[in-house]
Amino acid sequence: MSTNSFQEHFDSLIDRDITIEPKDWMPEDYRKTLIRQISQHAHSEIIGMLPEGNWITRAPSLRRKAVLLAKVQDEAGHGLYLYSAAETLGISRDEMYQQLHTGKAKYSSIFNYPTLTWADMGAIGWLVDGAAIMNQVPLCRTSYGPYARAMVRVCKEESFHQRQGFEIMLTLSKGTEVQRKLAQDAFNRWWWPSLMMFGPPDAESPNTEQSVRWKIKRFTNDELRQKFVDVTVEQAKVLGLDMPDADIKWNEERGHYDFGKINWDEFWNVVKGNGPCNKQRLDARKKAWEEGQWVRDAAMAHAEKRKARKKAA
Amino acid sequence: MTLAYTLQLADDALIIGHRLSEWCGHGPILEQDIALTNTSLDHLGRARSLYQYAAEQFNQLPADKKESFFTSVALMQVVKAGNAIDEDDIAYLRDGWDFRNLQLVEQPNGDWAHTVARSFFYDCFNFLYFSELTKSSDSKLAAIAEKSLKEVTYHLRWSSEWVVRLGDGTDESNARMQEGINDMWMFTGEMFMASEADKHAAADGTGVDVTQLKSLWEQKVGEILDEATLTKPTGTWMQQGGREGRHTEHLGYILAEMQFMQRTYPGMEW
Repeated sequence: MSTNSFQEHFDSLIDRDITIEPKDWMPEDYRKTLIRQISQHAHSEIIGMLPEGNWITRAPSLRRKAVLLAKVQDEAGHGLYLYSAAETLGISRDEMYQQLHTGKAKYSSIFNYPTLTWADMGAIGWLVDGAAIMNQVPLCRTSYGPYARAMVRVCKEESFHQRQGFEIMLTLSKGTEVQRKLAQDAFNRWWWPSLMMFGPPDAESPNTEQSVRWKIKRFTNDELRQKFVDVTVEQAKVLGLDMPDADIKWNEERGHYDFGKINWDEFWNVVKGNGPCNKQRLDARKKAWEEGQWVRDAAMAHAEKRKARKKAA
Repeated sequence: MTLAYTLQLADDALIIGHRLSEWCGHGPILEQDIALTNTSLDHLGRARSLYQYAAEQFNQLPADKKESFFTSVALMQVVKAGNAIDEDDIAYLRDGWDFRNLQLVEQPNGDWAHTVARSFFYDCFNFLYFSELTKSSDSKLAAIAEKSLKEVTYHLRWSSEWVVRLGDGTDESNARMQEGINDMWMFTGEMFMASEADKHAAADGTGVDVTQLKSLWEQKVGEILDEATLTKPTGTWMQQGGREGRHTEHLGYILAEMQFMQRTYPGMEW
């Protein structure tokens, strides 16, 4: 087949909603886009362990401690399947780590915000995992097979996390005055960064159009953001919390909530590395990697020794 | 006396679980991060079952016994107010001298080799211990032991494999593993010294005679260290006191961190 007919075959698979598999021919840009997106997603899971990990040793009850620990462990698991999915595109996990550590690969900027109180464990589950689900559910039908299958598993667990987060918020909102204050404070701090999780407005999103055409992405950033706002306003009512945005108003004509202006200047600054915890998060990962080098070397050396002994026997 | 016995087992489980949870997100290999978190969750799960059982026993004590059982002011306030206590009150409202865990489990993680050494010594003890505790005349403790034994069998396999991998890996890993083993060694003797609670429990058939486990433990540890090309430490002077509430300096910091929410916002549901 000529490149042209490879391309035609690929296009016809995409058009018929048949998944692309690792051995299929794919345009180089499709492969690159996927590596970028899947590895970014995997890194987000791994970096995302840190802000919540920050509260494991301080969780206020044994049950909460166990649930939080299990949740952070799930994130490690998500990182693992996503790294594996990316590896099917011809990049190694070590290379991906390298890209993360050198700042070449990005991860979700939300994790560059600090977790200051216990209520942040609720707000992250409710809002951050809630926003992640909206982004991720459509990815269960994304055109690349290994990514779509990984996402089915990820989404099941994420929706469980989202419910756990909401339940923390609900407990706080039904608690004492100071607990309601903790909940509101966390909501105030996490609301805007959560809206930014959907990425820049469609008009300024360089990758959206092509990704939608390749069926990597199924909805645009703005469509998903609106859906998130609509759902969250109703949930905040259940919690009895005030929306941290004075411009939230139901728009009868659009059938959606209008909301205020997002501070994109802040968003781009955090993306560029100027968020409150960018350095801290990356340093923590680099430290784990560097301090783990001798452990990985030992495991490798031991495996080699065993193999040699087995051969000699 | 089963209460004191239950508590010391629960404290071991909580504190080792806490220490291992500190690795979450910081492990040297993603798969190992997950494995260690699993183990931490097993210990935490066992701690909860035991604290729940301890709370049940405590709540049945006569009033005068209740008021003299713990020294913690915060816990006594709950008791004096006439409230039943629960797993969280016991974990979060006691000070160090009411904690009866082994000093071994509160030792800091150090590097991966220190963590592996601490786990290896403890897992090996736990395996022998819970094998015996399944025969407890206390059906609750026997059931907890039954469940724990499955978990502990896996923990021991994991930590033994790592001792061997690091001991018989590179020169650096061998040196680090040896150092981990040496540093943790003086905290191992306490596992085989029977506390008052141990003596009572062993005598009435609810607990394990820990003094009987020592030779089996030494044998198992010796085998693995041999395989790992490591040297078994020869020191015989052992630290002790954890079972009597005398701890190393590390426990105070664990508790300060772990208990801060319950102390700062007392009496709330989370």
